[in-house]
Amino acid sequence: MSARMFMQNLFNGLTLGGLYALIAIGYTMVYGILRLINFAHGDVFMIGTYLAFYGVTLMLLPWWLAIVVAIIGSAAIGFLIDRVAYKPLRESPRISALITAIGVSFFLESFAVVVFGGIPKSFLKIIPNFLKKIVTIGELRIQVLTFFALAIIAGLLVLLLWIVYRTKIGMAMRAISTDIPTTALMGVNTDTVIGFTFALGSALAGASGIIWAMRYPQIFPYMGFMPGLKAFIAAVFGGIGSIQGAMLGGFILGMAEIMIVGFLPQLAGYRDVFAFIILILILSFKPTGIMGKKLTVKV
Amino acid sequence: MPMEKRLSTKTKIYLTIGLIIVGALLLWGSNYWLESYGQRILKLIAVYGVLAVSYTFVNGITGMFSLGHAGFVAVGAYVSALLTMSPMEKEMSFILEPLIWPLNSIQTDFLTATIAGGIAAAIFAFAIGYPSLRLTGDYLAIVTLGFSEIIRLIALNAQNITNGALGLKGLTEYTNIWWAWGWLLITVVVIASLTYSSYGRALKAIRDDDIAAEAMGINVFKHRLLAFVVSGFFAGIGGSLYAHLLTTIDPRPTTIGVFLTFYLLIMIVLGGLGSITGALIGAALFAILSEWLRIFESNITIGSITIKGIPGMRMVIFSTLFVVTMLVWRRGIMGMEEITWDKLYNWLLRFRKKGQTAEPEPKRGDVDE
Repeated sequence: MSARMFMQNLFNGLTLGGLYALIAIGYTMVYGILRLINFAHGDVFMIGTYLAFYGVTLMLLPWWLAIVVAIIGSAAIGFLIDRVAYKPLRESPRISALITAIGVSFFLESFAVVVFGGIPKSFLKIIPNFLKKIVTIGELRIQVLTFFALAIIAGLLVLLLWIVYRTKIGMAMRAISTDIPTTALMGVNTDTVIGFTFALGSALAGASGIIWAMRYPQIFPYMGFMPGLKAFIAAVFGGIGSIQGAMLGGFILGMAEIMIVGFLPQLAGYRDVFAFIILILILSFKPTGIMGKKLTVKV
Repeated sequence: MPMEKRLSTKTKIYLTIGLIIVGALLLWGSNYWLESYGQRILKLIAVYGVLAVSYTFVNGITGMFSLGHAGFVAVGAYVSALLTMSPMEKEMSFILEPLIWPLNSIQTDFLTATIAGGIAAAIFAFAIGYPSLRLTGDYLAIVTLGFSEIIRLIALNAQNITNGALGLKGLTEYTNIWWAWGWLLITVVVIASLTYSSYGRALKAIRDDDIAAEAMGINVFKHRLLAFVVSGFFAGIGGSLYAHLLTTIDPRPTTIGVFLTFYLLIMIVLGGLGSITGALIGAALFAILSEWLRIFESNITIGSITIKGIPGMRMVIFSTLFVVTMLVWRRGIMGMEEITWDKLYNWLLRFRKKGQTAEPEPKRGDVDE
């Protein structure tokens, strides 16, 4: 692989990793609090892209406003999913909530097929022209979109860290992930905080979906499945429950995926397999991930 | 509470044999009463039944949450399909890359192919279960889901074995009523005997509390692995029946991918997680409902007005039903109960008593002090 190709892949890997990181944060925050794999998270990612798509094509909004509206819409959907499907099951066995989450994911996908149609739609119209331009740095040819995506991802990650570590609601989120009943005794409305966590994670997933659709401009109802699974793997890799871990895991996974395909192009058909192999290895040898805390079972 | 009456083992055996004979006669009669559409649904019920019962053995009875069942179905389907196709057909289908030796030159009958499919799936189940069954709960769910997706991706990419995205088409429709229901009978008998043996009690102990089970001296890992392999075997059998019912098999997610696992999950959750008869009821309901709900997807004409059908509506209805079941009626139709001869007998007795004597049942508080 030439140096130019390597640099190109480096940028691709960084962007893909950033997108995984944005989704993974939603998984890790919810898992940290409820010990629940929110299977529907990948589908919020998909719904976010459709909201942006229809915001521009149907509501005729300017592209940036459509994106903002879509992100707010994703947050609302995440909040709603928690209220309708997960909140009634807080006291029941964990596995029931997991099965429900699978049902919700399945519902969102089939709902999207009915409402949006099963045929892939082109997202190209939504991308403003200046983002499609190509910058040449030396021998390197990079789309403006890549820089835009990286800037947005970095901005969102910083914003998230600020919310979690510098605001009151962030403090409540961190408290709740340690112990829900005790936090409730301290006068925190735990349901509001959990709802906020879902909304925050879903907003990031929606944003990630829109950037994803700009880079791979085809949207379809099942587009969230694979990125969602991989982002979950990234969250496990980084240590589930840890936000910095999810970010790190996302970047490592995205980079590894691009680089492996870059170095061994004959394996391109199997690129989705790597993530699962990483997952199995991690869970077998270091189930707490890179930055996770060890959970012990009390008998 | 009246004493539950029990039937003797001998009576139960006679009743079971009687039921099988009556069932067989009904199936034989269906050749004359039902047209091919109805027979197809009947076959589909049996194939779903095999898959759902084998799935509930892992998810309901052993309490492991696997999401990888479709992977084993895929293995069984591909292996058996490759064995029943004639060398000529294979040469015609594999246009992009020829099939590797020795698969390109062998052909077996349907029974051998089905059993081979089951064994291949069981081997896969062992290979997957061995590294992953030390995990529990949601991690196991994700890992098994990952493995089934890997199997599907291999089916998509291993051009010289599975014919890639084209899949295997034009299989002979070997799955007739007798094969389908015969295999269902074998599956139910084997899984039920395992469930009601000391081995099955160990599995249920693991389901209810794996740490306590371990403390009682049950080798949790070994039992889980064995249950996984048995379930994988019948998933492979079901896969073979499934492939030879559809007459085509391809690596789309809806055929052998994660959606198939979802469908099976819907069946066993509706029927009651942990019940074999529940899984059967769930499978039958799913097969019948998914045909019946087709009316929502096709155009309906009432007089001169045509209501346009909405494609994909069936799955919206199924998933809504599924989520609602989980939220308000988590035990499903059967819960962890089974329909047994004893229960039917007691139910019949109570029914008759009610019919004969019209006296009202004593209310609470009426009892003399």
